[in-house]
Amino acid sequence: MPELLKLTTKDFKTDQEVRWCPGCGDYAILAAVQGFMPSLGIKREDIVFVSGIGCSSRFPYYMNTYGMHSIHGRAPAIATGLAASRPDLSVWVVTGDGDALSIGGNHLIHALRRNVNLKILLFNNRIYGLTKGQYSPTSEQGKITKSTPYGSLDAPFNPVSLALGAEATFVARTIDSDRKHLTSVLQAAAEHEGTALIEIYQNCNIFNDGAFEHLKDNSVRDRHLIRLEHGQPITFGSEDEQYGIVRMPDATLKAVPLKEAGDSVLVHDAHASEPDLAFALSRLPDPATLSPTPIGVFRSVRRPTYDTLMAEQLDDAARRLGSGKLAELLTGSDTWTIS
Amino acid sequence: MTKQVEKVDRVIIRFAGDSGDGMQLTGDRFTSETAAFGNDLSTLPDFPAEIRAPAGTLPGVSAFQLHFADHDILTPGDAPDVLVAMNPAALKANLKDVPRGGTVIVNTDEFTPRALTKVGYAADPLEDGSLDAYKVHKVALTTQTVKVLEGFDISRKDAERAKNMYSLGLLSWLYHRPTEATVEFLQKKFAKKPEIAAANVAAFRAGWNYGETTEDFVVSYEIAPAPMPKGTYRNIHGNLALAYGLIAASHSSGLPMFLGAYPITPASDILHELSKHKNHGVRTFQAEDEIAGIGAALGASFGGALGVTTTSGPGIALKGETIGLAVSLELPLVICDIQRGGPSTGLPTKTEQSDLFLAMFGRNGEAPVPIVAPRSPADCFDAALEAARIAVTYRTPVFLLSDGYLANGSEPWRIPDVADLPVIAPNFAAGPNKVLEDGSEAFWPFLRDPETLARPWAVPGTPGLEHRIGGIEKQDGTGNISYDPANHDLMVRTRAAKVAGIDVADVEVDTGPDSQAGSGAPKVLVLGWGSTYGPIQAACRRVRREGNQVAHAHLRHLNPFPANLGRILKEYDRVLVPEMNLGQLSMLVRAQYLVDAVGYNQVRGLPFKAAELAGVITDLIGSAEDRHSDGHSDGHSDGHSGATDTVEGVGV
Repeated sequence: MPELLKLTTKDFKTDQEVRWCPGCGDYAILAAVQGFMPSLGIKREDIVFVSGIGCSSRFPYYMNTYGMHSIHGRAPAIATGLAASRPDLSVWVVTGDGDALSIGGNHLIHALRRNVNLKILLFNNRIYGLTKGQYSPTSEQGKITKSTPYGSLDAPFNPVSLALGAEATFVARTIDSDRKHLTSVLQAAAEHEGTALIEIYQNCNIFNDGAFEHLKDNSVRDRHLIRLEHGQPITFGSEDEQYGIVRMPDATLKAVPLKEAGDSVLVHDAHASEPDLAFALSRLPDPATLSPTPIGVFRSVRRPTYDTLMAEQLDDAARRLGSGKLAELLTGSDTWTIS
Repeated sequence: MTKQVEKVDRVIIRFAGDSGDGMQLTGDRFTSETAAFGNDLSTLPDFPAEIRAPAGTLPGVSAFQLHFADHDILTPGDAPDVLVAMNPAALKANLKDVPRGGTVIVNTDEFTPRALTKVGYAADPLEDGSLDAYKVHKVALTTQTVKVLEGFDISRKDAERAKNMYSLGLLSWLYHRPTEATVEFLQKKFAKKPEIAAANVAAFRAGWNYGETTEDFVVSYEIAPAPMPKGTYRNIHGNLALAYGLIAASHSSGLPMFLGAYPITPASDILHELSKHKNHGVRTFQAEDEIAGIGAALGASFGGALGVTTTSGPGIALKGETIGLAVSLELPLVICDIQRGGPSTGLPTKTEQSDLFLAMFGRNGEAPVPIVAPRSPADCFDAALEAARIAVTYRTPVFLLSDGYLANGSEPWRIPDVADLPVIAPNFAAGPNKVLEDGSEAFWPFLRDPETLARPWAVPGTPGLEHRIGGIEKQDGTGNISYDPANHDLMVRTRAAKVAGIDVADVEVDTGPDSQAGSGAPKVLVLGWGSTYGPIQAACRRVRREGNQVAHAHLRHLNPFPANLGRILKEYDRVLVPEMNLGQLSMLVRAQYLVDAVGYNQVRGLPFKAAELAGVITDLIGSAEDRHSDGHSDGHSDGHSGATDTVEGVGV
């Protein structure tokens, strides 16, 4: 870094009134992002936030960087064009469970497989908020909502499993109210070269209040929350009831009392070349109860980024063929002259 | 044997065969030879959507028509003088277009009972007298090719495949075409398979020699080079010219180009072409779908690139919401629609002009988008530059409406001097543009240029100009979210006024070389747009040759219309609008200018025929004359009113 940037949280706030519902989990995420941005050491003008449509997608208006509030589901595609043509920028996508996984599902999986240098913050509240309370692609099956008075029929997506299946190089999960954990995950994503997907469990206190309460409430959360740390044994539980994650003979993972597990407790390896452990971990929670839920970085591996590869192809062509001359191109090789 | 040489001024040849017979390649090579010789030319490839339709069937026939002459020509020609039919299906599908007395060259080897039955010939047309009206040359193309290639170490299949080069050789002899370039082409094309290259060259030469020695062909033809303006020329297809126009726009604006595209016929060749030119700073992105293609292009535009997306009608249907976003964000974006037959999948490989309404209106809300249309294959170059100029100057998405005929058709192109190309100035915002009440400086992303109404384009990386834009309605000036009723009304009208106020050249009216002589000023105006230019011009020439007067105006800009269009339309008694749709431009000019335009409409997947169009024009001139003698000239007196009005008697 040529000079030390003296930016503060305040520098990343805009003069726009934040218009989320009082008590919305989005406030906590915004505060965490604004608070963490100065630590990146990136100039504000080199940062871009791109969003789609939904409550979370208002996010760019509140970040004093460059920003675009686009259309439903398309933020990853738009950000891909920006990041691929401007590798010098730090490009962030803010999206939600409906935006990223329903209408924009195709763009999300393709951004992940390409490994474009994008950081995707997926606010998952398991409901449609802005359209006032329909079930979303992450809602539990049987959910009663305005559009499903008899209960929803579709099985939900597990965003982490989906991302891993889509060849993502960085996949993490965190929780809106856990500022420290959220910040550490943002930091890890920012340092990652390529597409990073961060699923953020976010409470919608109007249409799906308490969806993640068991993962937040101090009195019970230790029984349900697994904090993944690279290189550390995968354990969780309250002080008097500790569990370890072990691999069963049928290759599935299971939580067993730590005393019984002994040496067989798995050690988390986020850098494993194959995503099988990360995937198995993503399958641990029961889709209905979301317990036990691992949070932290599931997977973080290195693969060349799309924008770098694209820039290299251009540089390579210019090196081999020389910088393109328009007159030469237009003339081609097969001409005749009338004099 | 001394052969007779006859001089002719123009010839139309159609090569027709199975999809796998290499007819497009044969046509392309003959075109290159013809271009190199200096004739003016125009081509029309016509092939099925299937890569390899069942062999020997009518749907599997692929054809390539070439019109070349010793003078300036405008169309690929109405009816072929010469038909090369490689099999019974090709004969059956194309013979109806050959005038009686025309020449038919057939590959007799393919006229087996089975092949004849397959296409419904009860008897062999080569034997039953049904071709008596034509000059038929029966050539055993396959057998003769295989025989010539006996000494080569290649499979029988490869030997048979060289029959297209044998026929190319024969036609090259027949029309005195230069052959060196074809030999070079074959050697280059099969550089990795020298034996195949040698075999194809041998077949090509053998075809030439066959013409020279056989008694079947007693006459060969000379077509002198056409007088053309001084300059260096090349032959060019529409899609190639369009790709070059975009690259030229990138050079002349200094903006790196970013193409976001999804493969679709007939636009894919633009993606293929642009992906070759990375040393020109061109980034090409084959997206996961049409929406991502335009989304990525718009994202790149936000970052300061010349964002481009290329597609055809079905793709535009999918891109609609993003085009609306681009209208709302007011960012430059070039949207190329290479129109094809619709609706839905329609006729992927055939041409049509039916996306004009889609380009004009195909979005939610009031979302005006400028529209530019090329009129010939080579003109795609200039039209692409013009589309980019408008997009960058006015910060707006722009439609470039080409079509399948222009995309795949070719003609000679006088290569422009790079120094003469228009300069496109991006004028990026570099600093604050507003002093606030408290004296501090600010950047307002929607504070417009008072003249063009364009907003400032501040790209990420520019310090101090950080701003947020979005698809929600914005407050005039600041760009902040605003739901204020009066502001929305103002913004909708301002966006409309910006597009309406785009500076576009006046449309010129062509009234022929000596319009004032003879029967006075023309009373009929033919108004066209896009690829109908050639057929309309050719038709007008015919009409004038018959002693009638007619004017032709051809629109480069469909939105906004040129400022002088309204006045011009009112100068004529009758306005005829030929279109390859059911009357879209016609409806627009009727609505905007209250002119009683008459449509002439065909949607056959093929360009208009000049002769047919000439007949329509002549009839209309007659009706205009009648009307004059009746003392009516108000344009509403003869039942030709109503937006769906069309000329009757269209031979479809």
